[in-house]
Amino acid sequence: MNESSDHLLRSRRRSDGIFSRFQVAGLVILTLIAIISKFYLPRLIPSAVWLEVPLLLTIYFGLMRPDPVPALLFGAFVGISEDSLSPANLPIGMYGITKTLVGYFAASVSQRFNVGNSLIRLVLCFFFYCFHAFFYWVMRRALLQQIVPFDTQLTLLHGAFNIAVALPLYLILDRMKLSDEH
Amino acid sequence: MDAIFNRYRSYRSLVVLVIVVMAQVLYLAYQVRTGRDERLIRVWAVSAVTPFSGIFEAIRHNTVGFMKDYFVLLDVREQNSKLKADNDRLRMENVFYRNQLATAEHARALTIFQARTPSKTVAARVIGNSTVSTAKAVFIDRGSTSNIEKGMAVVTPNGIVGKVAAVYLLASQVLLVTDSTFKVGVESQKGHIHGILDCSGGHCEVEQIQNEEDVRVGEWFYTSGEDRVFPRGFPVGTVISAQPGNGMKDVRLNLSGAPGGVEEVLVILDGVHQPIPTAALPDDKMVPPLPPPPPDDKQVTGVPAGPGQTEADKTIQKYEQLGKEQEHVYGAMYSNMPNYNIKPAPKPAAPPAAAAPPASAPLGSGPVALGASTPTRATTTQTSTNHPTSTHPTSTRPPTSKPALPLGSPRPNASQTTTTKPPAGPPQ
Repeated sequence: MNESSDHLLRSRRRSDGIFSRFQVAGLVILTLIAIISKFYLPRLIPSAVWLEVPLLLTIYFGLMRPDPVPALLFGAFVGISEDSLSPANLPIGMYGITKTLVGYFAASVSQRFNVGNSLIRLVLCFFFYCFHAFFYWVMRRALLQQIVPFDTQLTLLHGAFNIAVALPLYLILDRMKLSDEH
Repeated sequence: MDAIFNRYRSYRSLVVLVIVVMAQVLYLAYQVRTGRDERLIRVWAVSAVTPFSGIFEAIRHNTVGFMKDYFVLLDVREQNSKLKADNDRLRMENVFYRNQLATAEHARALTIFQARTPSKTVAARVIGNSTVSTAKAVFIDRGSTSNIEKGMAVVTPNGIVGKVAAVYLLASQVLLVTDSTFKVGVESQKGHIHGILDCSGGHCEVEQIQNEEDVRVGEWFYTSGEDRVFPRGFPVGTVISAQPGNGMKDVRLNLSGAPGGVEEVLVILDGVHQPIPTAALPDDKMVPPLPPPPPDDKQVTGVPAGPGQTEADKTIQKYEQLGKEQEHVYGAMYSNMPNYNIKPAPKPAAPPAAAAPPASAPLGSGPVALGASTPTRATTTQTSTNHPTSTHPTSTRPPTSKPALPLGSPRPNASQTTTTKPPAGPPQ
């Protein structure tokens, strides 16, 4: 390992503890906006059906939070909220389990990597999107025995689409965090 | 004790993860096993989200078309700076009326369909999508207060859309026919071949059709009513390809209802089965054929090219000449009553076209405005509006090669005569 990789892997974030000042009300509002965007945005832009703003928010919260417990609880909350707006033939808990795992893993990864780097963030975001889509598909097949297709190429494409949205979204969230500091 | 506590702290996050995930798995298993849907959480979520979505949708529906047209026409407005004020006003009015017309046309189509179909329906508007991107479901702005129940069919005049999957107080969730778990019983129009519509593979196919069956491209499929959701006889779509497959025929359909992009739907409250129509459905995109051309004016009216050929025409001409000599304007208010008992002055020979203006003068000077069906009539109308007391409104009109119809002669088009009442004759 060279010096730069050591820096990436070992250096702690400058923003440790910042999320402790992140207002709960603001987080709830952001979650509500994310879920409404997923609920309503496809009416305006049909391609936005593949946009996973709640997932991007879960990943961001996990990456910016050193403790996995709040991250997984936040993931469970967002996932169950999404589940409650899913078709009635899908029981509540599918997204909840998936996003719980995403939140936990994102927080665990943030303990080892310097997630202040935008490139690492986007790579992790892409990875977690693919993990989320694959795990959800596995659960639908295994737990519900629903035969739904899984298109790998489309999943990768949608992952790229999501990280393209994640880049400005995370910058905005970073700005909000910075403004919160001052 | 401290060692146990420290060990627990190191594994705390993992323990919490296992507990949370296991709790959700157990809860999910409970739902799957009992087949019960957790109403309370869904009701809360839908009640929290649908009002926002309904407001957004209402704002979008009423303003997007307006704003789009406005900004598209912005460049034109800049280029025509001299007419800016007039253009803006007219454009705003156009946009407003266009939106009104589009809304009215769509509502009229739904109303006509509602009146025509024997099934009892209620109209609804789509206000949101499902949060699961792989599942095809939408929310509509009608719920249990509109007597909607779970399992009801949702259609448009063009075709089927889906079925009600969940009902809330002011909203309902509609599972679209394009969802991978949705199956619809269908029946072909010509051979009455039954099959099952399945849209799970990204395209819609009709399954369970034997290779020996005769299904052709372009043929319509209708609901068969066997699925107990859609009443029989609703259009589903047309065949875009039909090829022999492995055991069963591969029949692909193009859905006519466009369930993904639909904005307004009808929920069938009380379905009535209908027979499969024998004639093909009219294509909405096809321009309706023009009506047969109207017969020639001369053939219809029997009026020859020259005026005053019949006794009635001669009498009318005489009265017109008398009125002209005595400066009387037919139809104008406060015009002196002419004396019809005197003989008109001998008229110099004039071409037929020259004799026409007096005949049409009362038309233009009449109190009832004419419809602008032809340029000539529009000109006459404008003249009469601006100068109601003009004695010869048509005197400024350039002579036309086509002779004008004499006063009192039958009009060639009924629509043109509805707003015009030629003078019945001289007052007694």
